[in-house]
Amino acid sequence: MSESINESVDTAVSKLQRLFKGSGQQSVLITLASSLAAVAIALVLAGILLWATGKSPFDAYSKMLEAGLTNDKLLETVQRATPLIVAAVAVAIGFKMNLFNIGVEGQYLMGVFWAAVVGAYVHLPSVLHIGLIFLVAMAAGAIWAAIPAILKVKKGVNEVIATIMLNTITLSIIDWLFQEKFRHEIPGQLDVKTKLLPTTAWLPDLVKNRLSSFVFMALVVVIVFWLIVYKSKFGFRLRASGANAIAARTAGISSNNMIVTSMVMSGAIAGLAGMTYLLSTSHAYGPTRPEGYGFNGIAVALLGRNHPAGIIVAGLLWGFLDSVAGPLQIAKIPQSIVLVIKAVILLTVVIVNEVVGRRVAKRTADRTAAQLTLPVVAA
Amino acid sequence: MATDSVAVQLTGIEKRFPGVIANHDVNLTVRTGTIHAIVGENGAGKSTLMKTLYGMHQPEAGTITVFGEQKVFRSPSDAIAAGIGMVHQHFMLADNLTVLENIILGYEPTKGGRIQYGEARTKLLQIMTQSGTHVDLDAPVSDLGVGQRQRVEILKVLFRGARILILDEPTAVLVPQEVDELFSNLHRLVDDGATIIFISHKLDEVLTVSDDITVIRAGTTVAEVQPKEVTRLKLAELMVGSELPSPHGRASEVGTLVRLQLDHITVAGPGDKHALDDVSFEIREGEVLGIAGVEGNGQFELCETIIGLIKPLSGTLAMEGENITHTSPHHRLMNGLSYIPFDRHREGLLLEAPLWENTLLGRDGDPQFLKGPFINATAAKADSRQVIDQFDVRTPSELVPAYALSGGNQQKLLVGRELSSHPRVLIAAHPTRGVDVGAQAAIWEKLRAARDAGLAVLLISADLEEVIGLSDRILVMFDGCINAHLTPAEATPELLGTYMTGGVQEVAS
Repeated sequence: MSESINESVDTAVSKLQRLFKGSGQQSVLITLASSLAAVAIALVLAGILLWATGKSPFDAYSKMLEAGLTNDKLLETVQRATPLIVAAVAVAIGFKMNLFNIGVEGQYLMGVFWAAVVGAYVHLPSVLHIGLIFLVAMAAGAIWAAIPAILKVKKGVNEVIATIMLNTITLSIIDWLFQEKFRHEIPGQLDVKTKLLPTTAWLPDLVKNRLSSFVFMALVVVIVFWLIVYKSKFGFRLRASGANAIAARTAGISSNNMIVTSMVMSGAIAGLAGMTYLLSTSHAYGPTRPEGYGFNGIAVALLGRNHPAGIIVAGLLWGFLDSVAGPLQIAKIPQSIVLVIKAVILLTVVIVNEVVGRRVAKRTADRTAAQLTLPVVAA
Repeated sequence: MATDSVAVQLTGIEKRFPGVIANHDVNLTVRTGTIHAIVGENGAGKSTLMKTLYGMHQPEAGTITVFGEQKVFRSPSDAIAAGIGMVHQHFMLADNLTVLENIILGYEPTKGGRIQYGEARTKLLQIMTQSGTHVDLDAPVSDLGVGQRQRVEILKVLFRGARILILDEPTAVLVPQEVDELFSNLHRLVDDGATIIFISHKLDEVLTVSDDITVIRAGTTVAEVQPKEVTRLKLAELMVGSELPSPHGRASEVGTLVRLQLDHITVAGPGDKHALDDVSFEIREGEVLGIAGVEGNGQFELCETIIGLIKPLSGTLAMEGENITHTSPHHRLMNGLSYIPFDRHREGLLLEAPLWENTLLGRDGDPQFLKGPFINATAAKADSRQVIDQFDVRTPSELVPAYALSGGNQQKLLVGRELSSHPRVLIAAHPTRGVDVGAQAAIWEKLRAARDAGLAVLLISADLEEVIGLSDRILVMFDGCINAHLTPAEATPELLGTYMTGGVQEVAS
């Protein structure tokens, strides 16, 4: 009787272990624990900084929680997280191929701009109209990301340098195009924008002025990312190529193809990051354009370890921190503390992951050796 | 030479890792001024023991005595201070620095903050004269070959004043001529009073070069023998604890169907030189064609050309009569060609990925592993378990990352992956490099079985015994050309050595 109970407990435990074992490298539990520890360390460090500048960390943190845990702010958290999650997915596709796409910033701006321009001049039923705008945004981002990819494949130009430079170039091109070609003046209005999108291209809000239904699209993006990168044959080749380009090449996988395809995919996803702004908030491109999604997306991808679930959690954390910056200001606590917390979280996460990763690698190797050596030693 | 004084004595060493005893009850006595070989299978605990002696980790029990003085090593610097130096299997050199800079790195003689290069040079020249080695101190390390790099590593250790040298599989990367040179250097060092602890798999070398041999099996020392008391077979059996299958002989016949044909293949090399110059040969079903040669004489380019990673300047390649010169690597690999690459870590495996993804690599086009555009992980894992079973890969499961396996088991997995797609042509580059005798015998068995079933094998190996033992015909490559054709019966290591270094074969047949 007790034996059978023992047995079923054993199988349950091993099932649980397998459930948390992901790819067999590092369990989800360890990843979660190490990320939480990193966030906690970051809060302590930022607290020390607050205390050193004469503010009470407890005050600041309780203010953040108090302000952040209201309905309004929670909706704002999700609303702010949406573009960051999309941008982070774009960055993560690059990371999986060992490419650092810093150009997401420029790619989503290209997406927003061309989608605004093209979307304003067509008239279609709503679903088609919005679909067309998504396609234009994705194409603009993809074309813009193809440039560094082709430069890398043909000329060996490092994609980090190419994408950083393209970000600057993007701003100049868009500013010029906007000022010279697509500025749409409405008499009596100071707010200068491109031509307003017809209402057929407006995405409905889930909660009026608080939360755009684009959040569903972001979820679709995350799921598609997961399916393609982690489950598909193409994703397997992408990850193999990113993990060991020479071994992948020897196995008949062309790394040049992978570089171009993954950059183009990354750019296409990046093109969607600005859609909340375009389709739900502004309905046109203008000087109030969003900024920083690309750079914050890199942070979110790093914090989420390029994993779909991790990216969602990290995106929400970033959205939360952004949403409480305002209330902190009102409470006479400098809102730059939010920036400090973000930066410190990022640093501690990178360091903690590295340390934990090494320990886990060593333990895995030792355990594998252990399972093999023990019976031999006993024999 | 050999005196009765003892350089290193280890007694009752026990080293535990969480849940495992890597070394237990290890006793080792190394006499001063001798070459002492330590042999054992991969995973037997040789490296763990040497790391203990070099202070890289601390034992749970036992004592270390160096020159009669009991020592506790907290770190390698304690071991270095006691006169122990280690030459690792994987070299640790900075490519863009010169030999001299590499040697003094971390141990620079300084005066007032300035490095005394002159002083270092004088000391090194003296060490080189004493040990009979020579390396150009001003050459950048990036210009050096493997053998010379190893000499730099040895000089580095001597420069730090080591009198006891631990060499971890020093011959794994060397060709026969370089091995001879290394051994003569080691003898000079020993004559000069140094003591050498030498870890190796290659039993012939161990028997020729060492004064004493200690055998480690399953974490403990099981025998101490003198080379004159044992045969190679006896030593191998001491290592694995059982009798070994014999490596020679074949039952089947070479068939008539030509599986792979190379016709006047020429491949561009660096500069004006051709990496391959007018290479032609064919391999029939059930035939093993061995290529002997010093590494870097075109073997790598030959393999990459056959796989399709390098496009030849001229010439044609055909598989079973079909011209494949202009097909993609993917096409060739999906149509009966398999490749065991030169370097399993660099070209063969995804070290961070689980074993099942490793066995899937290169075979992901096979419909049995796909469900539409998705990977059928269940089928891939089942297949991986089958490879693990059939090729006796020692691992708890297919979910373990590849880095956790020992080298021999990684290689068995790789060979298993390449054979389980049922290829008709296999290119096997160093299929048993750096693996222990047990794994080597297992890999040979599998290659023979596949050959008997009709596989055509191109075997490239630095292990001449392997080339002679497995091949039906042997070609020697030198400087991008085939400069000798031999049968295994007429090939001896000496004769092959002559052709490998450029000797011209008299045209006979």
